[in-house]
Amino acid sequence: MLTQRQARLAWLLVFPTLLVVALVAGYPLAQVFYWSFFKADIAFVEPPEFQGFSNYLYLLQDPDFRQALWNTLKFTVVSVSLETVLGLAIALVIHSNFRGRGLVRTAILIPWAIPTVVSAKMWQWMLHDVYGVINVIGVKLGLLSQKVAFLARPELILPAIIAVDVWKTTPFMALLLLAGLQLIPEELYEAASIDGATRWQQFWTITLPLLTPALVVALIFRTLDALRVFDVIFVMSGVNPSTRTLAVYNRQTLIDFQDLGYGSAISVAILVLIFAFVVLYMRTLGREALK
Amino acid sequence: MKALTRTLNRALFYLLVVFVVVYSVFPFYWAVISSFKPSDALFAADPSFLPLPFTLDHYKNVFLQANFGRNLLNSLLVAGGATLLSLVLGVLAAYALGRLPFPPKNAVLYLVLAMTMFPQISVLGGLFMLLRQTGLFNTHLGLILSYLLFTLPFTVWVLVGYFRGLPRELEEAAYVDGATPLQTLLKVMLPLTGPGLVTTGLLAFIAAWNEYLFALTFTVGDAVKTVPPAIASFGGATPFEIPWGSIMAASVVVTVPLVILVLIFQQRIVAGLTAGAVKG
Repeated sequence: MLTQRQARLAWLLVFPTLLVVALVAGYPLAQVFYWSFFKADIAFVEPPEFQGFSNYLYLLQDPDFRQALWNTLKFTVVSVSLETVLGLAIALVIHSNFRGRGLVRTAILIPWAIPTVVSAKMWQWMLHDVYGVINVIGVKLGLLSQKVAFLARPELILPAIIAVDVWKTTPFMALLLLAGLQLIPEELYEAASIDGATRWQQFWTITLPLLTPALVVALIFRTLDALRVFDVIFVMSGVNPSTRTLAVYNRQTLIDFQDLGYGSAISVAILVLIFAFVVLYMRTLGREALK
Repeated sequence: MKALTRTLNRALFYLLVVFVVVYSVFPFYWAVISSFKPSDALFAADPSFLPLPFTLDHYKNVFLQANFGRNLLNSLLVAGGATLLSLVLGVLAAYALGRLPFPPKNAVLYLVLAMTMFPQISVLGGLFMLLRQTGLFNTHLGLILSYLLFTLPFTVWVLVGYFRGLPRELEEAAYVDGATPLQTLLKVMLPLTGPGLVTTGLLAFIAAWNEYLFALTFTVGDAVKTVPPAIASFGGATPFEIPWGSIMAASVVVTVPLVILVLIFQQRIVAGLTAGAVKG
């Protein structure tokens, strides 16, 4: 009797959430799938025309799409690798016992809390070709022989944007890894010390293997985020083809070019790409959480 | 000799600590300094590292000339609305998923987890049309609803964890006393999830407050526009004249509340970040 009432209540409680998910994700997604088979503009000025797979066929040979995919992959691989190494270093620093540890932990949360748009603007100002503080300090310390237009030279824009992303998201990485480090029992290190293992050996034989689960979760997480990057790229360099990622190209196609059909096909492609990583993510994290 | 190496190691370690702190904090410090400098000091060959001379002109400019006050209010309404709705709906769903017998539980949990990872860009076109069709384009409600795409699944996911952590005896005692399942949720379980609600609410609020793509795409003009797209499009009198001082002032204004929240709720945020899924 109680169980029956509980089950009825459960349906009632879950229903509003399911309704919202259907409304803001299910329905729009169905629309995107549907229109990806049409030639259509987003305001429906011209009547839509069914075209089968032609948008997807075009996708395969569109040089702009290929460039955007390549930019996204470059951004993802470089920024996620840097964030992992730096994040691990910072996590190890905070994990060791020292005075002012709380202060450091608070300090690294600041980049995380700052809106991406704001951090992009702050760095744009710091990277200013004439008055930017990085150019001023760089020249003064002799690190730069002359001032550099970081955001105007095609070969430097993507590295500059990656530097901003690394600054902003390394704290997140560090905190996830710190949580992982805190799960490793202290006794293991004590035992290793007694057996004469150096710090370096302890890192490779204890820390790294036991940190792997946390590392994998953090990596997949950041990869998913990096694959759909939009804000930092769009604010710092707009739709510039040399940095345009999939998400930027997708928005440009849909909104600026009003091309609903082809834009939807790009959306589906992004979804497929990300879904592969989501499956990977759920296999690692989901199984544990759903026990 | 050994003592010397130890001191040296210690010094190197603290140097590393100082580097980490400066690296994390300096960009924000520089934004704050820049926002208080008069324009001629801002564009000096050798800029000072202190806000001297000091001026509030950029702040006046942001609030008097631009529509920044309006943008701030919009951000507050939209982020606050999305957070509140997510918490209310999220608590209900999370209680059912974490505590009640519910046959399709795992299917729904998988759906929720997948949703926390969902790429916003993939539904941009669909949502754009949906908002247009329903007349919610360029309205606060429209933006709030679209933000539920990422705030709600996250809230549900983290709160399920909180509900699962509560002891079973409390619930059983309530049932023995004749409480209905709904009363048990509202009177017994809900008060115990207070800390969880604060953490998830805070993280959902920060995510909504910082959101850019939807705010940029689903608003026109300043009536509904939130702060991030407003800051991104701040322009000067001519396209060549970028008002860096004002941009930095606006940046400081939106960031200070977040930094204060982070300082106060530091430990909870870290716990929430590591417990659940949140985008950085």
